[in-house]
Amino acid sequence: MFETITDILFLKDHNTRVVVISVMLLGVSSGIIGAFLLLRKRSLMGDVLSHATLPGIGLAFALMVAMGGTGKSLPGLLLGAAVSGAAGLLLMLAIRSTTRLRDDVAMGFVLSVFFGLGVAVLGMVQKIPGANAAGLESFIYGKTASMVFQDAALIGGVALVVSVVAVLFKKEFTLICFDDGYATSQGWPVVLLDIAMLALVTIVTVIGLQAVGLILIIAFLIIPAAAARFWTHRLDYMLLLAALIGALSGWLGASFSGIFSDLPAGAIIVLVAAAIFIISMFFGTARGVVPRLRDQARLKRRIGRQHLLRAAYEILEQQPGPLANVPVDRASLFAHRSWSPREFRRFLAHARAEDHLETATPDAIRLSESGFGEAARMTRNHRLWELYLIRHADVAPSHVDRDADMVEHILGADLVRQLEDELGDIGNHLPESPHAVQPAAL
Amino acid sequence: MPANPAPAVASIPHPEHPPDCPLAIHDLTVAYQRKPVIWDIELNIPEGSLVGIVGPNGAGKSTLLKACLDLVPKTSGWARVYGKPYAKQRHLVGYVPQRESVDWDFPVSALDVVAMGTYRRLGWFRRVGKKERARAMEAMEQVGIADYAHRQISQLSGGQQQRVFLARALVQDARLYFMDEPFAAVDAATEQAIVELLKTLRDQGKTCIVVHHDLATVSKYFDWLILLNMRVVAAGPTKDVFTRENLHKTYGGKLDLLENASIALSRS
Repeated sequence: MFETITDILFLKDHNTRVVVISVMLLGVSSGIIGAFLLLRKRSLMGDVLSHATLPGIGLAFALMVAMGGTGKSLPGLLLGAAVSGAAGLLLMLAIRSTTRLRDDVAMGFVLSVFFGLGVAVLGMVQKIPGANAAGLESFIYGKTASMVFQDAALIGGVALVVSVVAVLFKKEFTLICFDDGYATSQGWPVVLLDIAMLALVTIVTVIGLQAVGLILIIAFLIIPAAAARFWTHRLDYMLLLAALIGALSGWLGASFSGIFSDLPAGAIIVLVAAAIFIISMFFGTARGVVPRLRDQARLKRRIGRQHLLRAAYEILEQQPGPLANVPVDRASLFAHRSWSPREFRRFLAHARAEDHLETATPDAIRLSESGFGEAARMTRNHRLWELYLIRHADVAPSHVDRDADMVEHILGADLVRQLEDELGDIGNHLPESPHAVQPAAL
Repeated sequence: MPANPAPAVASIPHPEHPPDCPLAIHDLTVAYQRKPVIWDIELNIPEGSLVGIVGPNGAGKSTLLKACLDLVPKTSGWARVYGKPYAKQRHLVGYVPQRESVDWDFPVSALDVVAMGTYRRLGWFRRVGKKERARAMEAMEQVGIADYAHRQISQLSGGQQQRVFLARALVQDARLYFMDEPFAAVDAATEQAIVELLKTLRDQGKTCIVVHHDLATVSKYFDWLILLNMRVVAAGPTKDVFTRENLHKTYGGKLDLLENASIALSRS
């Protein structure tokens, strides 16, 4: 058993090798064209298209039988699928442009009607005397096991061509996806480019019917592209990643389906792609959930630390006599801002870990030398910003503190210098707080 | 030399439209689903001017621009750019669409968007190269966003995004610019940068046609003005056109706007 698995996964057997490679190429092409479809916000059109292929398959079979063949020629069946898929798309576009129905209504209508029609046609062709229509329904769920060498070679070859053409059109597709109005104003034939894009989608859908099936081919178009988007803000990388994810899903999907003959490849492909999608959603470096939460936590910690240092500095300022780094009472520090006891303890711990403060007595802390300097700098930035807002932005003084709190954390050195320039009369000394600092006593 | 040259009536479409006029519009009507949006527009924009288009919401300001750029079908009439239909003069025209018209979450950098201004010259299938990138950087420097060239566009502020669009139009090195609400929801620094840019362009002899919404700055920014409310209420040099009476005709019964208008007038 184990040997069979490695044999298939590592493409030892010639026939499986061709099948698996062709499904991988299918994944590459659908990843690339799917990325453009996603950016054009037309992913669901792929679903309409794939469902609309079914009547074409049945009719092509009937036609080929009537012409004296077995009706099982793959190119013939796929041609029928392509024609009826395109007809479905055109009908959808016609409904959309001639009526006031919304996109989703037009899509839902075409998708279900064509699929229903397809099921009816398949039912009828089963009854044609002398013809064997068994196996046609494998186009619905996909069945790599039924692929012979010639089919696989055809599918792989076409997928390769589609990928190359899509990459060739990268500049033009990007332009219409981002800004079709501008593209039109520049004289680009946006309608023709859209047709080219949908034609490529149609080809990928049709050649994917046998391996993945018409219900699940949409996953191959959407999921790799959507997963790739979590990792990058650059289109080139997104296309590359979508192609890789498509290939990986295709490889594992086709292999497992080869090992366990009851498992349709389409289902495995979707599950593999979905697993990659979920990992990407959480850990994607560009917009994943975990990196975002980590950044937020980091920012919150930094803001908390800054608040703590500033509070300590303001308390020191209020001490009688010249400013000196004397121990600060924990209770008055806690009362200085509205933080919860838990937050307060955590911020203290963070500041201690960074050597900004140390425990002086059980009830008091003392700023370290670096902490004192940092606190002075922080307080200065904060007050500069407050003054800037008051003088230049017409903010009522009583509202300044909150705004400044939010903004000082993103003040860079450049901006601070700019503020100093604009408020030249402050000179180098620390400006006084423009509003009454909260009394420290409690 | 013939003593009596025959008047060349047939070759000149309209005697009032000189062929070197950056934008001449004659009898232009645009209708969406039988409802006219703009009617009987008749305009002659003088070369080298900063032209503002103002009017209430739904007055057809954007539609007027889009009709000139062949983005919406004309129900009747025509618009000519330097004497010829727009389709033949694209190389002379730069277009800055409304900022909200695109999805800024798109996976491209600011530089990528600005470089789109070179696509038309590049033609089919050729990729953006060193020369195009250098040209794009130049335009970004001109509007003060060169530092953000490699940022993804969603990480830019609204004002910076607007400047990206301006830079993309500048890359085209056009003679006539159409700008749809470039001042909408931008910060003061960006507004200032755009005004400077407009004045530089005008001083180079270029013509800018700008959809604008802030009556208070009209007389400060524009030397030519079109007051639009489905029809052209008035068009001409700002000092002649920007009057209380004309504004009343343009904005009709919209009182709050009228109040703004009178404030604007008292400032000008």
